[in-house]
Amino acid sequence: MSTGIVSRGQNTALGAALIAVAVFGALVAAALWRGAAPGAWAVTGSLAGLAGFLALWTRAGSDQRTSFLGATVIGLPYAWLLALFLVPFAIVLKISLSDVALARPPYMPQYDPAQGWAGVVDLVRELDFENFVFLTTDDLYWKAYLSSFRIAAIATACTLLIGYPIAYGMARAPKEWQATLLMLVILPFWTSFLIRVYSLMGILGNEGVLNGALIRAGLVSEPIQILNTQMAVYIGIVYTYLPFMILPIYAALEKMDESLLEAAEDLGCSRLQAFWLVTFPLSRGGIIAGCFLVFIPTMGEFVIPSLLGGAGTLMIGKVLWEEFFNNLAWPQASAVAVVLLLILIIPIVLFQRSEEKAREAGK
Amino acid sequence: MTKIYLTLTAATALMAGMAAADEVRVYNWSDYIDEALLEKFQQETGLTLVYDVFDSNELLETKMLAGGSGYDVVVPTGTFLQRQIAAGAFQKLDKAALPNIDNMWDVIEERTAKYDPGNEYAINYMWGTTGIGVNIGKVKEVLGEDVALDSWDLVFKPENMEKLASCGVHFLDAPAEMLPAALNYIGEDPDSHDPEVIAKAEAIYSPIAPYIQKFHSSEYINALANGEICVAVGWSGDIIQAQSRAAEADNGVEIAYVIPKEGAQMWFDMMAIPVDAPNPEGAHKFLNFIMDAQNMADASNYVYYANGNKASQALLNKDVIGDTSIYPDEETMANTYTTTPYEPKVQRVVTRLWTKIKSGT
Repeated sequence: MSTGIVSRGQNTALGAALIAVAVFGALVAAALWRGAAPGAWAVTGSLAGLAGFLALWTRAGSDQRTSFLGATVIGLPYAWLLALFLVPFAIVLKISLSDVALARPPYMPQYDPAQGWAGVVDLVRELDFENFVFLTTDDLYWKAYLSSFRIAAIATACTLLIGYPIAYGMARAPKEWQATLLMLVILPFWTSFLIRVYSLMGILGNEGVLNGALIRAGLVSEPIQILNTQMAVYIGIVYTYLPFMILPIYAALEKMDESLLEAAEDLGCSRLQAFWLVTFPLSRGGIIAGCFLVFIPTMGEFVIPSLLGGAGTLMIGKVLWEEFFNNLAWPQASAVAVVLLLILIIPIVLFQRSEEKAREAGK
Repeated sequence: MTKIYLTLTAATALMAGMAAADEVRVYNWSDYIDEALLEKFQQETGLTLVYDVFDSNELLETKMLAGGSGYDVVVPTGTFLQRQIAAGAFQKLDKAALPNIDNMWDVIEERTAKYDPGNEYAINYMWGTTGIGVNIGKVKEVLGEDVALDSWDLVFKPENMEKLASCGVHFLDAPAEMLPAALNYIGEDPDSHDPEVIAKAEAIYSPIAPYIQKFHSSEYINALANGEICVAVGWSGDIIQAQSRAAEADNGVEIAYVIPKEGAQMWFDMMAIPVDAPNPEGAHKFLNFIMDAQNMADASNYVYYANGNKASQALLNKDVIGDTSIYPDEETMANTYTTTPYEPKVQRVVTRLWTKIKSGT
């Protein structure tokens, strides 16, 4: 997904060809995959590699200006996408079409290499969509999707509201400070994510630092219950994901030509108008990238709601965990994951299309 | 001399890059052994011991069923063991390589045979009960001096829970133990696999759920010990650990572990060897080491859990073997029940019901 956003889909033809080959490779990989079978992985790897090579070769032949080396460089992100996104997705998709079984791994059918091609045919024949139908029979699932969506949307909005002024301040700060400010934003990453969330538990708890300070300051007499509530989840998400919002917005604002603002003021804009008519539209790319970077991982967030949230915090990541670990229902868990992915990808692809169209119309 | 030899062995193993032959990898519950024993094992056998810990059966089960965990010895609880044996996750023990198996206690072996017929795949490590941990002072303050502490009424009656909520109540986040406890309380079969019977537990939990501060399976040890909560439904040894921590801290908190008179669940943590263990020979050596009477006694004296080793009983400290909340008397023992693993369809009902109880959805 992120590759698509960054490369702005300039090489549509190459992309389409590669993705078609990738899907084929992934399907073969899915068919071959059973538990830990290194042989299958080797075959998949070489097939995928060969597919990518062929696609690049055809492309290099058709386009005289692109050297083969250039094509390889362009192809790298696609190879990455193939190996780390499409192949795992195909595996998850295959499991989501399987049935629960008391076995190792706990689902059926599994591919038996001894049967060769007939085994693949049998395997495909036994796959069905009943796990997806199952998701519609219990209101838990759509409620969890909806609740995750709401939490992710509110948290993204809060992160944007807090992150934008910080990024703006950083971009407008004297040049010699900017490296330091940038470092301060990145600094929290030097500590493990898990430790930072744990330390929030120490801060937000009833016996925690925050409540202690509030009581000492005489603002409250009883500790405020923050930990184990929805509020703590929002605080946790905004805190941990803030740098992902600040950095792209800062990058967009930092390269902005300040003479544009002078021109706007010369033409009679107030400073506020100049911000709204010039700065804000120019930082739109950064805002969109930042929102995606915060919203997408938050949708599937598991650690923050389970550590900071209470029993009432319903998120799809937790539901998925329970399917996988408590129910040992890998097929249903995979179905939940596939639906989550589709919910995220389809709107994003549509959004990107409309963006592209708007850009072309603008030209 | 031994140390030099150990270092040399370890170094050779590292250089050769084939750790399997002289390395044993054990995956056990956290806070569940005296670490001096691990050192002792290395010195006695010359094997390198890699000791990792986990904190939930579900996590272990997922690793076992995915396969290729790389562990030689793992410690699932009986019900989970049974399911994993059925899935083909473990190998049969080679009893000829386990001379110390004669030390095992027939009373416990009889019970564990329910999960592992003939005890062919696993040996018992420790066992315990699921009951109630009480901060005596605080509970009496809230519910009155003459409150009956020896009954599930304490936590299953909404009028009690309403008052206890002010000083804090934790429940285990373990549906396979908490739902049977409620069923047993209302006189149903705690081991019922009938979804309609299991659903009756909801009527017990929904009125008290708002008063439960947290469903969690390990935080209650500290929370009880430092007085943050006054009641926890939890595992025997953990609550007794909280008791001794509070006594050490001398903070005025007095904790008691109660096996309620209506009955409590008894469980068994079993040591087994995964079917794909890299070093089954070393695994057998570890099991034999653990079944040594002195070693097992040291382990129990350290973690305050009862074990399945008859010969070790003579070597146990008074505050372990003499404590009826660790080694219950016969009357209490007769009052305990065990459960069997749920089938996938029933498991789904149980998980769903538990989510509903916890989150209201």
